[in-house]
Amino acid sequence: MTEKLLEIKDLSVIYKTDEETVYAVNDLNLTLNKGETLGLVGETGAGKTTTALSIMRLLPDRTGRITRGCITLGDLDITRASEADMRLIRGNGISMVFQDPMTSLNPILTVGEQIAEVLQLHRLDMSPEQKEKRVDEILEMVGLPADRKHEYPHQFSGGMKQRVVIAIALACEPQLILADEPTTALDVTIQAQILKLMKELKQRLNTAMLFITHDLGVVAQICDRVAIMYAGEIIEIGTTDNIFEGKKHHPYTVGLFGSIPDMTKATRRLNPIEGLMPDPTAPLGGCKFHPRCPQCMEICKTAKPLNIIDGTHAIGCHLFAGGAGHDARINLESTGGAE
Amino acid sequence: MTEQQRKKTAYKKKSQLMSIWHRFKKNKLALFGLVVFAIMLFIAIFADFIVDYERDAISQHMTKRFMSPSAEHIFGTDGFGRDMFARIIFGARISIFVGVVTIALALAVGAVIGASAGYYGGYIDETLMRIMDVFLAIPQMILAIAIVAALGTGMVNILIALTVAQVPKFARIVRASILTVKTQDFIEAAKACGTSDSRIIARHIIPNAIGPIVVQATLNVATTILVIAALSFVGLGIQPPTPEWGSMMADAKSQMRYHEYLIIIPGLFIAFTVMALNLMGDGLRDALDPRLKN
Repeated sequence: MTEKLLEIKDLSVIYKTDEETVYAVNDLNLTLNKGETLGLVGETGAGKTTTALSIMRLLPDRTGRITRGCITLGDLDITRASEADMRLIRGNGISMVFQDPMTSLNPILTVGEQIAEVLQLHRLDMSPEQKEKRVDEILEMVGLPADRKHEYPHQFSGGMKQRVVIAIALACEPQLILADEPTTALDVTIQAQILKLMKELKQRLNTAMLFITHDLGVVAQICDRVAIMYAGEIIEIGTTDNIFEGKKHHPYTVGLFGSIPDMTKATRRLNPIEGLMPDPTAPLGGCKFHPRCPQCMEICKTAKPLNIIDGTHAIGCHLFAGGAGHDARINLESTGGAE
Repeated sequence: MTEQQRKKTAYKKKSQLMSIWHRFKKNKLALFGLVVFAIMLFIAIFADFIVDYERDAISQHMTKRFMSPSAEHIFGTDGFGRDMFARIIFGARISIFVGVVTIALALAVGAVIGASAGYYGGYIDETLMRIMDVFLAIPQMILAIAIVAALGTGMVNILIALTVAQVPKFARIVRASILTVKTQDFIEAAKACGTSDSRIIARHIIPNAIGPIVVQATLNVATTILVIAALSFVGLGIQPPTPEWGSMMADAKSQMRYHEYLIIIPGLFIAFTVMALNLMGDGLRDALDPRLKN
């Protein structure tokens, strides 16, 4: 039985500076069920991290602002919660795994102290001995020997540091983990280890996870559902099967898959998506992808596409509006491989 | 309890300070600096037990003028028959006292200014730092001379002059340290764990920023001692007959060619103290950084 854990409704976030206003996230809708892993995929600047920071309410003070929409975790409206409430939620209800383990640990505290700190903040009823025990437990759980808790971050390798970061995130057994490209800074073999670990732990603790990445290979390994994000919007969302195996796709998704080198096909060069993401300071009318879309129609330039829902799969594209739809297969031919 | 477990607990008991000391003492030069400075500090504090201030350092004995170093007066006597050893000892008291107090005051004031500027940013930062820039634009020595000239000579005025001259340096350093630490990912990570602002400052920002500040403070005690000596040498610092290394050198400069020890000995003491503090500062810098451990 699936139970809703996190719901994001019509979320819009802007970054406002003296010179310009950046529309980072535009009317984003998302739900995440208990124990589920949702992959949030998109290019740099698509608004993935902004979405995660909004959930934590950690947008930069001066510039970042949620202008519209609400985020609910269980019964709590995060957009309206007090700062004190948010502090109780951070690390306890929701925790975050950052991209770069090299810099996300305090260099002058031992890793044990850093894991214990989360417990000190959120497990006030625990005695110091219990906390010590919990630190040992959690270190063993992420595959590190407990007696290394007296060592400093610089004495660990990158992969081990990421294990420590994960240990900190899991210390209070949160309901939701926001993993912001947790494997991007690691090399491939360590990546695989960390992904395996996260998957195991998630299942063991029944934690939901929002997994932010731009690596489709990683998504296939770990996610139950996938959301493709483009220019602050989710343009396609579905189960991993829908996205990887389905017949119908948003042209951007097709482009994304086309940008991955294929081992089985003889191709002289990769097929990147032409052009750049639209300028986030000047919001674009109609479909955000239309200037780059190989299948752009007149309507795309003026009207914002609605989500076309087909079971577990939703696509925001005019191509499929008629119901019949074009058959946008994931293959190179359809993305301009006509050279 | 097994042997291994016991070892583990012993390891844990070793505090942060102990591990800093452990790293510090590996640096032999820094240890030498610490020993020299400790000796200076010791004689400065216990000067009264070693020699009598009035009799040896202040009263003039015209029959004993310009006596070369001997068993009775190991550093000889000056042009007024005063024992150089006694004057050096009491001079250490002045130099070290003024040096340390100046830096402590400058650090306190500079830290408040620098921390507010670094933490709050924006207009507060701009205003405070531009004022500091005005002070930084004036050479320390000239600023000190100007303040002493305006307020008059005397211990308190010298303290004020030297402190004012040092504050901008500390404000800059504290601000820079806080800025570099503030933007680091682990601060964001700490926020994401639900850590409060005050706890972030106390537990994550200050301990990470303190290293360079402590080092700078140690090194600046040395420069301050030089500035006091220089001020006294030009007659704006500590006034005779109070013994002070710089003024002792100034007194001796007319006899330099006949009684060279009068100028060499206080000079050596200044040089040694400054060197000791610099060595200590360098050692501290390495010891405070756990990344340079092992």
